[in-house]
Amino acid sequence: MKSVIEVNNVSKNYQSHQVLQNIELTVNKNEIYGLLGPSGAGKTTLVKMIAGIETPTTGSISVLDSIMPKLNTMKQIGFMAQSDALYGELSGKENLEFFSSIYGLKGQKQKDRINQVSKLVNLTNFLEKPVNQYSGGMKRRLSLAAALLHEPKILILDEPTVGIDPVLRQSIWDELNKLSKSGTTILVTTHVMDEAEKCGQLGMLRDGKLIASGSPKDLKDTTSSATIEEAFLYYGGAHHAN
Amino acid sequence: MRIKALVIRIIRQFVRDKRTLAMMFIAPLFILTLVNLVFSSNDYEPKIGLVSDQQMVVDKLKSSDKAFKSYQNRSKAHQDLSEEKLDAILEVELPSTTITLEGSNPSANKASIITIEKALKSMPTQDTEKTQVNPEIHYLHGSADMESFDYIGPFLIGFFIFFFVFLISGVSFLRERTTGTLERLLATPMRRWEMVVGYVLGFGIFTIIQSAIIVSFAIYVLDIMMAGSIWLVILITLMLAITALSLGTLLSAFAKNELQMIQFIPLVVVPQVFFSGLFTIETMADWLQPLSYIMPLTYGGEAIRDIMIQGDGWGDIYGNVLVLLGFSLLFMILNVLALKKHRKL
Repeated sequence: MKSVIEVNNVSKNYQSHQVLQNIELTVNKNEIYGLLGPSGAGKTTLVKMIAGIETPTTGSISVLDSIMPKLNTMKQIGFMAQSDALYGELSGKENLEFFSSIYGLKGQKQKDRINQVSKLVNLTNFLEKPVNQYSGGMKRRLSLAAALLHEPKILILDEPTVGIDPVLRQSIWDELNKLSKSGTTILVTTHVMDEAEKCGQLGMLRDGKLIASGSPKDLKDTTSSATIEEAFLYYGGAHHAN
Repeated sequence: MRIKALVIRIIRQFVRDKRTLAMMFIAPLFILTLVNLVFSSNDYEPKIGLVSDQQMVVDKLKSSDKAFKSYQNRSKAHQDLSEEKLDAILEVELPSTTITLEGSNPSANKASIITIEKALKSMPTQDTEKTQVNPEIHYLHGSADMESFDYIGPFLIGFFIFFFVFLISGVSFLRERTTGTLERLLATPMRRWEMVVGYVLGFGIFTIIQSAIIVSFAIYVLDIMMAGSIWLVILITLMLAITALSLGTLLSAFAKNELQMIQFIPLVVVPQVFFSGLFTIETMADWLQPLSYIMPLTYGGEAIRDIMIQGDGWGDIYGNVLVLLGFSLLFMILNVLALKKHRKL
């Protein structure tokens, strides 16, 4: 299997504070890779570096065979930030028009993509409404739609399902699975343990260190745990014993 | 393409935000009108005491303007003047003519002098030969150097445009950062310079409209003195607005929230009022004077005043335009560098 994201021995410091320490991970094509960890573990910093917004203090990150950050590679990445980065005064449609123009979509192609992604996240009927009248869940969905507009090869989602009701969460995961089957590589962060089960591969992040990685099944089997939460506790506890 | 997307988005956001739009377009007009009312009311009708030994002069002057009131007694007239019952006294004791102004109110002074000069000019020639020997002007209070709206108006136009554009552009660029949309944009292939240029163009469109409205309002509604070309004034105000725009977006990088942006006003905007030429720089301490050279408002205000009062043309003011252009470019380049804090590329 071909790897699309390679994180090589990456550490990140903010002044003297170390946020990430010697992270090694590989994400393969078409995979859904989940980064699991409590808030403050460094998930957001890691995905921001992979997306090309931040740069590692030491080590290197390569995405699609080029060292990040690189503007050309960033065209192939769809990023959904943890906060809903939307323009409240504008309607949902105008937000999508703005983000799609940045990726160079125009004319009929732009219209088609906006229709497709808004259908996908179930917002077609609310496109004309200003975003500051949207509910929290609708904003999350619009953010996701904005990240999908340019049909990125890699989708990076930072806590995509926070504040979304279970039914919709399920439908978003169904969509992610579909996207993954059609050739998109997905990197998703979450702090919800049961959501982690849905990922093909998992990386467990705690206090800036990758404490374990593997498929959810492997992680549970090796630690003889019934749930991911137990597995996480096992690795976290082992880390403490050191 | 990306710049165009950014420009369209800014226009759309701006049009939705009616209150900010009003602040940009209407607040400067409101304040200018207020200052105009405070500093000069053109409709002021002066009361002028007339003391003369020539009955014929008294009759002629009294018939020419109802502002005149004749006094038999010179000391009674001066007493009324000090009690502010009169604005001025005209004494015609041939061969000399003396005007004594009450002096506290610049607009009353101006109105009195204009009325007297008009009245003296209307006198028949045989009389004017004697009376139009330049009247001596005395002031009870104050002096002839008091400012009026014609003098400070041009600076105020420049200042208000600078102030409002600085604040609005700074806050909206800051908001891009605090709402996370800046980070979102930095996850796209948009270049830092494209972002800065997009902002300047997007806001630039509104500052063109703002400059045109404010300048036209000052000239046609407030009837401010206008000796030169209105297009040149609009050009200068526009350059000043773009300088404010690029400075506002640059400084917003150093503010964490809207309140911190507002804290830049006393640091950056207010000092410009003192050094921009509204107050006499020559009388300040020597070491303080060079500060006026680094203030964009010095160049903008000076150019606007020279166009409006002295009727200067392009040849006289192009230097100021270049300096303002230089400031804008400098601030934009610094802003592209400041954005490096958020993304290295």
